[in-house]
Amino acid sequence: MNPFNYQRATAPEEAVHAVSARGAKFLGGGTNLVDLMRYNVEHPTTLIDVTHLNFTQITTSNDSTLIGAGVRNSDLANHETIRTNYPLLSQALLSGASPQLRNMATTGGNLLQRTRCYYFMDTAFPACNKRNPGSGCAAIKGFNRIHAILGASEQCIATNPSDMNVALAALNATIHVQGPKGKRTIAVADFHRLPGTTPQLDTNLQPDELITAVELPAPKFAKHSYYLKVRDRQSYAFALVSVAAGLEISSKTIQSAGLALGGVAHKPWHSLEAEKFLVGTVVSPDAFRKAADLALAGAKPYEHNAFKVELAKQSIVRALTLAAQGV
Amino acid sequence: MSSQRCTDIEENLEEDLADTLPDNSTSLTDVELSRRSFVKAAGILTAAAATGIPHLAAAQDGHAADATTPHTMTLSLKVNGTPHSLTLDTRTSLLDALREHLELTGSKKGCDHGQCGACTVLLDGRRVNSCLTLAVTANGAEITTIEGLANGDTLHPVQAAFLEHDGFQCGYCTPGQICSAVALLKEHKHNTLSTVSFETGNTTNPELTDNEIRERMSGNICRCGAYPNIVAAVRAAAKGVSA
Repeated sequence: MNPFNYQRATAPEEAVHAVSARGAKFLGGGTNLVDLMRYNVEHPTTLIDVTHLNFTQITTSNDSTLIGAGVRNSDLANHETIRTNYPLLSQALLSGASPQLRNMATTGGNLLQRTRCYYFMDTAFPACNKRNPGSGCAAIKGFNRIHAILGASEQCIATNPSDMNVALAALNATIHVQGPKGKRTIAVADFHRLPGTTPQLDTNLQPDELITAVELPAPKFAKHSYYLKVRDRQSYAFALVSVAAGLEISSKTIQSAGLALGGVAHKPWHSLEAEKFLVGTVVSPDAFRKAADLALAGAKPYEHNAFKVELAKQSIVRALTLAAQGV
Repeated sequence: MSSQRCTDIEENLEEDLADTLPDNSTSLTDVELSRRSFVKAAGILTAAAATGIPHLAAAQDGHAADATTPHTMTLSLKVNGTPHSLTLDTRTSLLDALREHLELTGSKKGCDHGQCGACTVLLDGRRVNSCLTLAVTANGAEITTIEGLANGDTLHPVQAAFLEHDGFQCGYCTPGQICSAVALLKEHKHNTLSTVSFETGNTTNPELTDNEIRERMSGNICRCGAYPNIVAAVRAAAKGVSA
């Protein structure tokens, strides 16, 4: 790990100013950044600790809920408002990492989690366009079992590893950020990027912008939601495929739907096609299978991950079925 | 890492080894090297290798120019009730601060990447991976390690339960397992949920079933596979019966 300066920010303006220095980065819970520093993938020369900013509240007004960026994953998952109104988010958060890591990880940091692509995380592999732009992608012709089947490019087939982000996509969350020019909001669908020709950029957040909060719209899926995570072991592992499913049902007819996939793309894969199809249909296995086919219509697997296409479809059907049942 | 720094470490290592030799001994074979001294010396070599490789890689990437001078900070930690003031390289993990600077070697370094849980300690009452916690971020915090759980000669109920139920073989993961279990019981008292709570539909006040214990202990890996006995120990501790 390279040496670095450490400073605690006490105000967002101070943090934003400090991060404009060359080589500076924000530090949240450190569960991803410190790990990547130890692997020498990240080498910031200054860490600006933003966990002491006053962004640790969860407040509800006008039906929407505002989650401070510094709220720890475990606190968010267990907050009464989230458990009651957004159980999909609680379940997704509790599917991720371990209790220890969830006690550390922050909401803002989880949004910025970097990929678990082996070729990105191991600097012994010279080719990684995400780590070293222009160097190539070792995964495309390598061992790509955990990689993307949707929205990938010739430059990068990495996936976003977060569970929280998948739930936020299905819930249509909005990200609040603050930069030197002031504050702005970004819809979660526009927050994470597809790799395209710039896979080094995971998100549309500017380097000098600080995530201050995540806003959830009025709850629609409190009664009918499910986060299904399929992985190589039962717990404490990243998703091969995950599904965040939320349904609003009246007289067995779907009034609105939220459907997003994890483990399949460079960003949480929000399937607007499947959602659009589901609205107005009567809850049935056939409808769920059709939605699954629509969500995976553009799938393009690689040598070792073709299994993910069918796995994702089956997982969508199961998640929607469990969501419709209500737990 | 420069060759100069490698040499420094080698010299320090030789000095450390020399310290373990009686004055009249002429070679290592004359003495029985204490395990602690050996582990300490071997650790220095490992540390040299671990920091050396990234430094070389950093130099190749062109990041070395402003990244070679260590930064130190003075911080205060209250560990097991005792306040400490430490001046540390900012890179020091909380785990290394505890083990190498405060000589509290109960907390173990397994993976050093937040994947095994052997380093689990309680930070302001919450379980965390001390390997991924930079010590500077814990400035002002209260830490409880495995050394701080017992009350004098009276074991903490979770410690007693691990003994009674044989919740270990080699014991390396055990301090982390126990700290984790102590936090688990507290979290459960505060009515926290797990994925199992959702899978079983018990999202109001979930009972601490074996499946709940397994899921809530999943951040602690046991290479020996003592899991059935660990679950038994946590179950017993939860019921308030260690024996």
